[in-house]
Amino acid sequence: MLVDLTITLVKILFIFAVTVGFFAPVLTWVERKQSALMQDRIGANRADIMGFTFLGLFHIIADALKMFTKEDFIPDGANKFLHTISPIVALVPALLTFAVVPFGGQYTLFDKEVNLVISDLDVGLLFVFAIASLATYGYVIAGWSSNNNWSLLGSMRTASQMISYEVTMGLTIIGVLMVYGSMKLTEIGAIQENFWMWGIFLQPLGFIMFLTASIAENKRIPFDAPEAESELVAGYFTEYSGLKFGMFFMAEFIEMVTIGAIMTILFLGAWHIPFLTTATLLSWFDFLGTTGSNLVVMLIHVGVFFAKVVFFIYLQMIIRWTLPRFRYDQIMKLGWKILLPLSLANILVTGLVILALN
Amino acid sequence: MLEQYAGAAIMLVIAIGIAVGMVVMTTFLGPKREFADKMEPFECGESQLVSPHQRFSVKFYLVAVLFVLFDIEAIFFFPWAILFRRLGMFGFIEMLLFVFILGIGLLYVWKRGGLDWE
Repeated sequence: MLVDLTITLVKILFIFAVTVGFFAPVLTWVERKQSALMQDRIGANRADIMGFTFLGLFHIIADALKMFTKEDFIPDGANKFLHTISPIVALVPALLTFAVVPFGGQYTLFDKEVNLVISDLDVGLLFVFAIASLATYGYVIAGWSSNNNWSLLGSMRTASQMISYEVTMGLTIIGVLMVYGSMKLTEIGAIQENFWMWGIFLQPLGFIMFLTASIAENKRIPFDAPEAESELVAGYFTEYSGLKFGMFFMAEFIEMVTIGAIMTILFLGAWHIPFLTTATLLSWFDFLGTTGSNLVVMLIHVGVFFAKVVFFIYLQMIIRWTLPRFRYDQIMKLGWKILLPLSLANILVTGLVILALN
Repeated sequence: MLEQYAGAAIMLVIAIGIAVGMVVMTTFLGPKREFADKMEPFECGESQLVSPHQRFSVKFYLVAVLFVLFDIEAIFFFPWAILFRRLGMFGFIEMLLFVFILGIGLLYVWKRGGLDWE
């Protein structure tokens, strides 16, 4: 019992260390560097400690310090309570979705089965959608409570965009569920040990639609009408400063990681290396004993998993700096008139193919 | 059954702790220098002309209603998709009917202009 609790706590700390401690701050830097690279600028390189700039990585520290020590500002007429809790409501779901995301398979360490997922729910995928959609409240409350016209417009746009794409997201994933016959993310991951069972081959259309819908759900360019700087100042977080402002950004970056992780598990073979089963990998390191070989394979799998996640994050970065912003009517049109019918068609085609193969 | 959720529950507590801690820190660490002009809600240099708390486009409500309809229908797909192989032809035809009705609904909204923005 105590051992189980310790293992769970270690996994939770690992996830928080990776998301809050590593990805969220580093991605702010990567985003700036990537934009600089793509726009032929030098990019973040000013912050230095005794003359060393270290590729601008010190900007992460500088940004964090600045956010902590900025004045926390609540405008006149704003609802102080709601204004204060909305960043919490936005950030917590982003962190919590990781509870069901497996970042590796099952390994035997010291005669104990260790499953690299915090909560191995039978309804894993549904949990992700349920929790992720709670974040909408944070954005709506943020915009409404700020007593600012831009914030309100931004939050209304956010709300209707996020709920529109939630429908699409839910429907695009049905094809994947039909193919794998499970909502358990660990099970979906385990099936993809076989390279030809990877979701990207079985559900190519689903893959593209899910990527589109999840970027829209995360409100990143080209779907960033809710926070469109040139029309709405900053959208729902116009009246936020300091770390409260930072928390919205943190939620966005962590959601990027979540999207990467979910896409990796559903479509890109989770933690598996193509054509290399866990058994083969284990046999290579047989000389290290059961625990030793399992440990090495575990590290390899976690590494492979996060490498794939990084790939998806980078894909989102490139998309962000390549495309211009869509108009709001185009966003809604894409969601309701294109992706929704397409995902219904995808379900029917998937069903027909499965029936024909059986 | 419920112990499956133990990990997620611990994670929820820690996540709330992190988020609340951040808000508390930023509230107390920063300076407080308040004066009337600064406390005005931002409106691109103008004083606020109209209060934001008034009526806004009915379109947003329509989207919310459509969301409730379609999202609940999407939820019905989940258990069906899991059991699809076991249900076989029967399940497929049943779902064909369901999608057909869903499609008529979508077509109706579409033709009535419920999905158009300007």
